[in-house]
Amino acid sequence: MKKIESTGIVLDADNIDTDQIIPAKFLKSTSREGFGEHLFSNWRYLENGEANTDFALYNYPSDAAILISGNNFGCGSSREHAAWAISDYGIRAVISSQFADIFKGNALNNDIIPIVLSTDEITAIMRYVEQHPSAKINIDIDKQSVQIEEEGFSFFQTFQIDQLKKKFIMEDIKDLEYMLSIKEEIAQFELAHIL
Amino acid sequence: MSSTIIDKIWDRHVVKSVTEEVDVLYIDTHYIHEVTSPQAFTGLNDRGVKVFRPKQTIATADHNVPTKDQHKPISNELSKNQMDTLTQNCKDHGIELFGIGHEKNGIVHVIGPENGYTLPGMTIVCGDSHTSTHGAFGAIAFGIGTSQVEHVMSTQCLLLSRPKAMRIEVNGELGIGVTAKDVALYIIAQLGTEGATGHFVEFAGSVFENFSMEERMTVCNMSIEMGARGGLVGIDTTTIDYVKERVEVLSDERIALWKSLNSDADANFDSIIELDGSKISPMITTGTSPDTGIDVTSSVNTSSRNTTKGLQYMGISKDEILMGKKIDYVFIGSCTNSRIEDLRQVARLVKGRQKADHVTVWVVPGSNEVLKQAKAEGLDRIFAEAGFDFREPGCSACLAMNEDKIPSGALCISTSNRNFEGRQGDGARTILASPITAAASAIKGEIIDPRIYLN
Repeated sequence: MKKIESTGIVLDADNIDTDQIIPAKFLKSTSREGFGEHLFSNWRYLENGEANTDFALYNYPSDAAILISGNNFGCGSSREHAAWAISDYGIRAVISSQFADIFKGNALNNDIIPIVLSTDEITAIMRYVEQHPSAKINIDIDKQSVQIEEEGFSFFQTFQIDQLKKKFIMEDIKDLEYMLSIKEEIAQFELAHIL
Repeated sequence: MSSTIIDKIWDRHVVKSVTEEVDVLYIDTHYIHEVTSPQAFTGLNDRGVKVFRPKQTIATADHNVPTKDQHKPISNELSKNQMDTLTQNCKDHGIELFGIGHEKNGIVHVIGPENGYTLPGMTIVCGDSHTSTHGAFGAIAFGIGTSQVEHVMSTQCLLLSRPKAMRIEVNGELGIGVTAKDVALYIIAQLGTEGATGHFVEFAGSVFENFSMEERMTVCNMSIEMGARGGLVGIDTTTIDYVKERVEVLSDERIALWKSLNSDADANFDSIIELDGSKISPMITTGTSPDTGIDVTSSVNTSSRNTTKGLQYMGISKDEILMGKKIDYVFIGSCTNSRIEDLRQVARLVKGRQKADHVTVWVVPGSNEVLKQAKAEGLDRIFAEAGFDFREPGCSACLAMNEDKIPSGALCISTSNRNFEGRQGDGARTILASPITAAASAIKGEIIDPRIYLN
């Protein structure tokens, strides 16, 4: 994956925890599939199971692949089901001013790009996308940039990403493939490792 | 050269540095449970390979288990399927499983330490964010996602960025009725839930030096609630004495090696926070984030971390004083506060007293070992006389994956670690507190300062 071009979804709240992204009652599955329909379940559905049309997911294009959220996204539980739910729903990148560490790792392992921008930059994007839900956001992983070029609004900012993870994502290499390739070295390490 | 305990342990486990930022880190002990392991096993099974180091992998069933009648078949089909899957996978891969009913069964972060699997200087992981608990032993311990569970199963290693180091020092005398849980909630209220993101934290100072291992576990447990990758305490005689009781052979060399891992006096931390323990009171949370803790006697608005949405969910107004607020449920348990010392504190406070009629009280021990010890000490009788329901071990109402759910709208004072919306059941409202604050509130039937029952 090298680029993401998509509309965005604004979810303007800080500290969105993984219990909100995917509540624990959906963790009884033994598969990685099918979590998308439960993404943000407690906010997205009313008590009678019908869609809560006030919720963000229903107010942006249904194929939007970029989630724009507040500070400290993904805090709480280590459940990778949160990343699976986001990915299964079709989201490929999340923009926040800070990510919880475990979520960030889980996101990258599922080819979801966690993009950190400043609070001011996020506010600017949020306000524009709220008014213009069809606005296209361009993410270039190689250039590490987020860009919006619309009539009367222009945004460009670069973001940080670990260079090894960047290479892995761009070349579709999994952590596991790399570690399996050095298994000899791991076995050698064990011989000298004293607990 | 002077180093922190974090760097010393980390460096001893680096198989190789891939880039300046990223290392291949060797993992000594891998705990697994029924909820976050099945997809990882599927990965191995699909590739037709076995777990690389099954002897360094320890399994328990905890998240889903019922806490009543554990000898009977599990009624929930999905839960049963996850537990059966774990049993089959452990059998196929040669992993020791402390399943439901086993004498060593219990919450993963309770059984690891109590059975001597968690040791100083180790790297420890589990597909559970509260793995930071094991840091109490002077270990690098942290939660991982299921992809990483598969990485460890396959290679006993993880690809990780080097951590930053933070030192949180708490000195001064803790007041009466102020427990390790209050210290944890106080630190989190000071830092915020993202205050330690990217860091491992070393907890230090006289408060931690004086803490027992179980008290250290309670604070390290909640490191994740301050955003930390993990939290730990240096290795001292308290650590060694605890380990000695659980490990058959312990050489002087090994002890010396462990002690050499402690932070050097002039070690460089990326940030240092100093707090005064004498300023800490019994704490309760007010909103839907663990950093919304306040002194139990003060007004909700003394926390600046509440959101309108969070308070609305809780049915709490910002100018309220919560003391005297009627509660519906009390949950004493979870990997934060379900150990024998927690239950002893609760029993000491409730002995000869009874819960308020309208309150449901669940006491869920962290393990069968804790359950057995509590019974041996007669704590079960004290709980029964107080009207507390003393149950069988499991994660229970901390995350409500089993039948132990708080009903919608009900207010629960809980010794667990998260007060997120819906955490204890759809619509459930959670106030986090210490075991004695929870127990005192159970008796009064409302939120109360536990100190009224002390002295």
